[in-house]
Amino acid sequence: MEEELKDIALDEQQEYVINMGPQHPSTHGVLRLVVSLKGEIVKNVQPHLGYIHRGIEKMCESITYPQIIHLTDRMDYLSAHINNEAVCLAVEKALDTEIPDRIKVIRTIMSELTRIQSHQLWWASFGMDLGGLTCFFYGLRDREKVLDIFEETCGGRMIVSYNCPGGLMYDIHPNFQKRVKDFIKYFRKIIPEYDQLLSGNVIFMERSKGIGRLSLEDAISYGVTGPSGRASGFSCDVRKHEPYSAYDRVKFNEVLRHDGDTYSRYMVRIDEMRESMNIIEQLIDNIPEGPYAVKMKPIIRLPEGEYYQRVETARGELGVFIISDGNKNPYRVKFRSPNFVNLGALNHISKDFKIADLVAIGGSLDLVIPDIDR
Amino acid sequence: MGIKGIKKEEFKDNESLELLKESGSNVLLTSIDDVINWGRKNSLWPLTFATSCCGIEMMAAGAPRHDFARFGMEVYRASPRQADVIVVAGTIVNKMAPVLKRLYDQMSEPKYVVAMGACAISGGPFFLNSYSVIKGVEHVIPVDVYVPGCPPRPEALLYGMLQLQRMIQTESIKSRKNRNLSHDSK
Repeated sequence: MEEELKDIALDEQQEYVINMGPQHPSTHGVLRLVVSLKGEIVKNVQPHLGYIHRGIEKMCESITYPQIIHLTDRMDYLSAHINNEAVCLAVEKALDTEIPDRIKVIRTIMSELTRIQSHQLWWASFGMDLGGLTCFFYGLRDREKVLDIFEETCGGRMIVSYNCPGGLMYDIHPNFQKRVKDFIKYFRKIIPEYDQLLSGNVIFMERSKGIGRLSLEDAISYGVTGPSGRASGFSCDVRKHEPYSAYDRVKFNEVLRHDGDTYSRYMVRIDEMRESMNIIEQLIDNIPEGPYAVKMKPIIRLPEGEYYQRVETARGELGVFIISDGNKNPYRVKFRSPNFVNLGALNHISKDFKIADLVAIGGSLDLVIPDIDR
Repeated sequence: MGIKGIKKEEFKDNESLELLKESGSNVLLTSIDDVINWGRKNSLWPLTFATSCCGIEMMAAGAPRHDFARFGMEVYRASPRQADVIVVAGTIVNKMAPVLKRLYDQMSEPKYVVAMGACAISGGPFFLNSYSVIKGVEHVIPVDVYVPGCPPRPEALLYGMLQLQRMIQTESIKSRKNRNLSHDSK
């Protein structure tokens, strides 16, 4: 490790190199950033990966399709439900299974709840990164209310494993609709509180406006998706462009901003929470009747071929690519994880900003490290 | 004497912990131990160390609903030099193991380790088939308390931390030395 650092230091003689991470509270996990500095100004950021590489893609090759669900949960644990959905949709697409409306609607509601709780946690930790500890308490207070809904229906708090190929593990709890409606009523009142606390805060705006600007061209060429891409004006919402589950029957706006700085990335997520609530409100009263799962074969074998399915997680576009050779195990599975791609833009957008801004920029990209390393 | 807010009757398992202490030591030593242990157990500061999903539940344990701070664990320290307990929250892979060992070495005595979640205990869901995951954090650093679950609920972590407090309560200056010796030889 030391020799490595020395090499970098020799290359750019005027600069000195510091190591951020792998154990650093604002890298949100075990990301290691080797930062070249000139005084306080960031000149180069080199992310080092692999500190949480668990070999999930390789593991998928030796387990069956329903078992993959439990590994995708642990990739991007904040959008666990959406990750599961991606695998399920890919398997269902390969088998040409017709999915009843009830399942589609419940999946959509669950996905949006997942998105809300993910953004809440992001809001909490982003505020904390910039020195506002109050955000942490407010954000996690409201997140527990979503987790309660998950717990009642799925049995798990965060890692739910509620989807399975062909439908859902169990039917929704009788209280589900009431609790979701209560939550939305409650959270509609809370979001202005978030705005008061952080969005309109002068110190916060000073630290986020104009910081880490990512232009539309760069966002497209780096492939930055999700709220970070949409903050640069890149219309990349998979829910809109390639609707899956029940997204084709709801009306919602794709939240777009055009500044591309840290503040727009922040505002996109805040607005997305509102949009998610709109989507849930349209669906929650008319969940169709029907079975909660389609009967699948006990051992699922996909026909030979290649299958790709993409979904919109809370962080961007997740793609699942499965190659099957006709066995009960996939031949190869590849995840196109949004965080890995978004991280690529970090060096570009944090150049020539202060090192304290690097924390803000990293926070605004909302990285989840196990999703990067898989 | 029970731990703050929890009656002794609720701890029916691990009876031997308190028995260990009762088996003979002089009055002076035990009184000093009592004072020291009281101080230690009521201000356990954890290190902000989270590798994966369990870290989120650890955050939730510090958040308003579950509120760690009731038991004196409110301050998460970013530097290992200021922390008393390292909660290993998440999977440890081969590349991370030397870093974890270094973090543990940097912590000042007395230090404790809580292995949180299935990954830290045994590799958990990555036990089979994974080529890079360390099968249990005890191969790297000595563990005091195991908290099972994938991920454990915040309540489970709280219970684990209370068990750790109870363990600290039975410590004596003498046994502490022995403990360090046994850990060094590992």
